[in-house]
Amino acid sequence: MSLTYEQSPTTDGEEISNYTINFGPQHPAAHGVLRMVMELDGEIIERIDPHVGLLHRGTEKLIEYKTYLQALPYFDRLDYCSPLAQEYSYVLAIEKLLNVEVPERGQYLRVLFAELTRICNHMLNIGAHVMDVGAMTPNLWVFELREDCMNFFERASGARMHAAWFRPGGVHQDVPLKLLTDIGDWVDGRLPELFGDAMSLVLDNRIFKQRNVDIAVVSKDDAVKWGFSGPMIRAAGIPWDLRKSQPYDVYDRMKFEIPVGTNSDCYDRFVVRVKEVYESAKIIKQCLAEMPEGPVVSDDRKVAPPKRAEMKQSMEALIHHFKLYTEGFHVPAGEVYVATESPKGEFGVYLVSDGSNKPYRCKIRPTAFSHLQAMDFMSRGHMLPDATAILGAIDVVFGECDR
Amino acid sequence: MAKVLHSAPRFATNDGVRDTLVAALGDMAVDAREDFGEISITVRRESIEDVLRLLRDEHDYQQLMEIAGADYPGRPERFEVVYMLLSLTKNHRIMVKLSTDEATPVPTVTTLWPVAGWLEREVFDMYGVTFDGNTDLRRILTDYGFEGHPFRKDFPLTGYTELRYSEEEKRVVYEPVELAQDFRSFDFTSPWEGADYVLPGDEKADVPPIDDPKTTESPKQTGAGAKADDKAAETVSAGSPAEKDTSTDDAGAPETTEDQPDREASEGDVHDTKGATKPEDKK
Repeated sequence: MSLTYEQSPTTDGEEISNYTINFGPQHPAAHGVLRMVMELDGEIIERIDPHVGLLHRGTEKLIEYKTYLQALPYFDRLDYCSPLAQEYSYVLAIEKLLNVEVPERGQYLRVLFAELTRICNHMLNIGAHVMDVGAMTPNLWVFELREDCMNFFERASGARMHAAWFRPGGVHQDVPLKLLTDIGDWVDGRLPELFGDAMSLVLDNRIFKQRNVDIAVVSKDDAVKWGFSGPMIRAAGIPWDLRKSQPYDVYDRMKFEIPVGTNSDCYDRFVVRVKEVYESAKIIKQCLAEMPEGPVVSDDRKVAPPKRAEMKQSMEALIHHFKLYTEGFHVPAGEVYVATESPKGEFGVYLVSDGSNKPYRCKIRPTAFSHLQAMDFMSRGHMLPDATAILGAIDVVFGECDR
Repeated sequence: MAKVLHSAPRFATNDGVRDTLVAALGDMAVDAREDFGEISITVRRESIEDVLRLLRDEHDYQQLMEIAGADYPGRPERFEVVYMLLSLTKNHRIMVKLSTDEATPVPTVTTLWPVAGWLEREVFDMYGVTFDGNTDLRRILTDYGFEGHPFRKDFPLTGYTELRYSEEEKRVVYEPVELAQDFRSFDFTSPWEGADYVLPGDEKADVPPIDDPKTTESPKQTGAGAKADDKAAETVSAGSPAEKDTSTDDAGAPETTEDQPDREASEGDVHDTKGATKPEDKK
């Protein structure tokens, strides 16, 4: 860290000086490439100027040069801790423009894997947050669970992280029955056991509470004004969850609670995420119990490709397949803004179509952007070490923030 | 509106919302649409702050979730700025739009929502739309010292500069972008569904038909001159030229091409080109 002395104001003849330090861009607690220029008075944070964009790849511009299907994998690479949750908003936006019906099994599978993604994401964030404030062991334990989630993604899609498994009209492939039973066993056994053990070390831990309780308290009013969403707004005591209030797919059939904070500090944000893991497990169980048999992707051949076996028999199927993977499908001209509840908050896609096979404009609304902007006012008056706790509780991933 | 088949997020009904809002906004609203289940209201640029304040305070759209820019180079005012509003109490979303160009600033809404600060910075960075009253209108996502506004439609996808670490100068240097392979832009649209280029061979279709086709009715019209005309006018052929005797006694076998007496004999088992031309020496 470099120190720069600014001009020194004097009070009562005694010279005091604020100094500015650089937090990041390479800092283990920065959760990626975040540079924060901090103005400190001793160890008290006076002002924070986060510099984002170090991971800016121009995803939105790249998407304008790809067909709708080719653009899908970019969404995995935004928030690489919850890939399927990003795809969700995008495929729903396309489906809204096309008005395509998704078969019930496809909807259940998407909800199931979106919740698995939520657990996977929270495992990373909970572990990282705990480690940021000094505890080592829980992080190692919850990473085991994250690894389990990755294995489930791999068995469904072939890829551990960048699944590209949600497709306009449903999901790419059906899952094997054994995978569903294994997920069921995991949700009943290993997840609550290991996660419960890890959290028993943290939730009532004196040091953990000292580092998090009453840190970065945000009022309900501020949370709304600063555009908070997800666990950040719920920790502020507003029971706002898009899965409940604006349900998509079969979320309206799911029975789950919305954990809400009372104190709106870093500890509440942490606990909200811990509780959400259990709620997600409930949803997964319900999906497994209720999931019907049937197709997983729309049978509209102008949107979803035919099965390979069908292509061996039918010339028309072959033509559809060829056209879908070269030209792609055309989306009616229009614009929609579709937002879903990603593990980090409201992840929105503003999709403008000009009627061609490529998006005219695809604006991605990242969750971290508005949360990180509030970093300045949340940290003011806190100590320098609190910055890591605040940052950990925001749950920021720069692939998504910088796009 | 056709029956809703998709399963995208279902928020509160749009029934009557558009008319209510248009009536409330009066002449500040220019246009209001309801497509794909989304209400978007285009407003006058100067009045955006009043519009959003009205929507926030009187119509319960408490949250500003997003400000998106878009570039339509064909329009007189090429940029569109879209504000996504969310009502937590009514559970409803609307879009508010305005248009502007490179030179005309848009009034800031940071006075209403602090979150607008970074959102406006992003639109400025990507499109060059300026926001009047935003006190911190710096670039946000692009590199320090970046020039241009990358999301404009006339900005190339590859950009203009690339950077690398220079071993000689021991620092990162910026250079004009150089592509090892040209950017491949595949055009997969059906030629019969809306290609905007001339299909190969189609250019011939536009050549006007010839009214008076040119023909040669008599040998005289071949245009080869008086001499040819005379010859062509001859009714009887001059006859074939006399044949010459080209036969020889005996063709015999051709001389061997490998007989090169002035070439040195190869020594030993040398596998060079010299030896390779004399296969009989290799034993």
